[in-house]
Amino acid sequence: METLRLLVVDDELGMRLGVEKALRQYTVRLPDIDDEVSYEVEKAEDGKGALAILNERPPDLLLLDHKLPDITGLEILDKLNRGESPETLTIMITAYASLETAVTATKRGAFDFLAKPFTPTELKSAVRKATRHLVLQREARRLAEEKRQIRFQFISVLTHEMKAPLGAVEGYLRIMKERAAGDDPAVYDQMLDRSLVRLEGMRKLIFDLLDMTAIESGQRKRELQTIDLKEAAERAVETFLPEAEKRDITLELHAPDSLLMTADRSELDIVLNNLVSNAIKYNKDGGRVDVTLSSENNHANIEVKDTGIGMKPENAEKLFKDFVRIKNSRTRRILGSGLGLSTVKKIANLYNGDATVHSEEDVGSTFIVTLQRTPADQEV
Amino acid sequence: MDKQAPTILVVDDDADFLEQQKITLESAGYEVWTADSQKEAEELLEKQCPDAAVVDLMMEEADGGFALCYHIKQKHPDLPVIIVTAVASEAGLDFDAATDEERSWVKADAMLAKPVRPEQLYKELQRLLK
Repeated sequence: METLRLLVVDDELGMRLGVEKALRQYTVRLPDIDDEVSYEVEKAEDGKGALAILNERPPDLLLLDHKLPDITGLEILDKLNRGESPETLTIMITAYASLETAVTATKRGAFDFLAKPFTPTELKSAVRKATRHLVLQREARRLAEEKRQIRFQFISVLTHEMKAPLGAVEGYLRIMKERAAGDDPAVYDQMLDRSLVRLEGMRKLIFDLLDMTAIESGQRKRELQTIDLKEAAERAVETFLPEAEKRDITLELHAPDSLLMTADRSELDIVLNNLVSNAIKYNKDGGRVDVTLSSENNHANIEVKDTGIGMKPENAEKLFKDFVRIKNSRTRRILGSGLGLSTVKKIANLYNGDATVHSEEDVGSTFIVTLQRTPADQEV
Repeated sequence: MDKQAPTILVVDDDADFLEQQKITLESAGYEVWTADSQKEAEELLEKQCPDAAVVDLMMEEADGGFALCYHIKQKHPDLPVIIVTAVASEAGLDFDAATDEERSWVKADAMLAKPVRPEQLYKELQRLLK
């Protein structure tokens, strides 16, 4: 429960006490943020007293009478606008339902106005409206700030990940230029090979980044059509078969004759390619990869099981976040951008589905992606 | 004067960076030990003590480099430690162990930004190994 501070400024004692009484037990529920708000009422009888409080500790809400003994409510409103309390939301009290004053007040930044005389119910209604506005505005500001932070973090990590391969290649080039590693050409050949591997990693990072931003931005036009998931999985298996065979890994697809769903072809390809490619990359030579498709109600399940290096449960939880790669001596030489699985999860979410993993260190991992076969809204 | 080549421990999780530091430092006459994790470095330090350590900040655990420097300085307060990092510029943090106070906080004697130019590293090592 949050308590908002409300300052009522009116030269009539009855008015000040009336507002205080009406709001003493009053609470407003805000279903949007699942919270409830109550009020702490402060009172001022003239402009001088009001400005003192506004300067000292600006309230959340200001209930401001226009006709005060020393200065007008509008003047206070102007001072408020020039000051540093833009967080305060003002409800103007106009004496004789003067539309003109109300309009002027609104133009000068008041959120709303109440015409005297008003009932407690009218007061509560105006306060409720202002509260909703205030809280939602703050929530929006908080979310924007959070988004800015996440973006900053993302870019920090991204640039770090881009600089690492650049630095590695640059380092090798310098050594080669200076012939700093002696006279054996084989040593330099190795440096060339490593440079090429690092550049390939950088290229993969860029492509994964493009995939991810395309999915995330929602800018790319999704082409939803009826697709046989089995055919898509066959394509992915075919693509990675040479890589599997090179390391003597058995790669098999188990699927019903067909598994139709409404999907965007390239999104399905990203999911399947990432899962199958990972299952091979993080496997042991001579291991197995089983891709199993099944369906349950309106969901299609893609299960990719490997007999690879696996991971600890605490690492498995982090795996679907941007740039998370489990670093240890066994993964160090394996190329990866750290974006593949986070993109897989984002795509699964587009299909009202999810991506999860069960893993055991040294035994292997099973990745499961569930996708809704027919989305509720066909057009995005 | 010690006639033997000074020993440098280089710690980094990037295998290529380790390889390159080994080659360049060896060609400059140093003996080089490498470790690719905080754990491996600490195990090595249990047995032997180098003349200086070059430590990368970004290792498995987010602050593995800092923790390692702290441990090195606890055990061997006089062992010069150089931190190399690619984090500084993009995180908006300008690390530069210029004053005594900063040095005591980061537990390192120098900070270098990646990519590290060999001349820079030699200069720092010469200064610290005097």
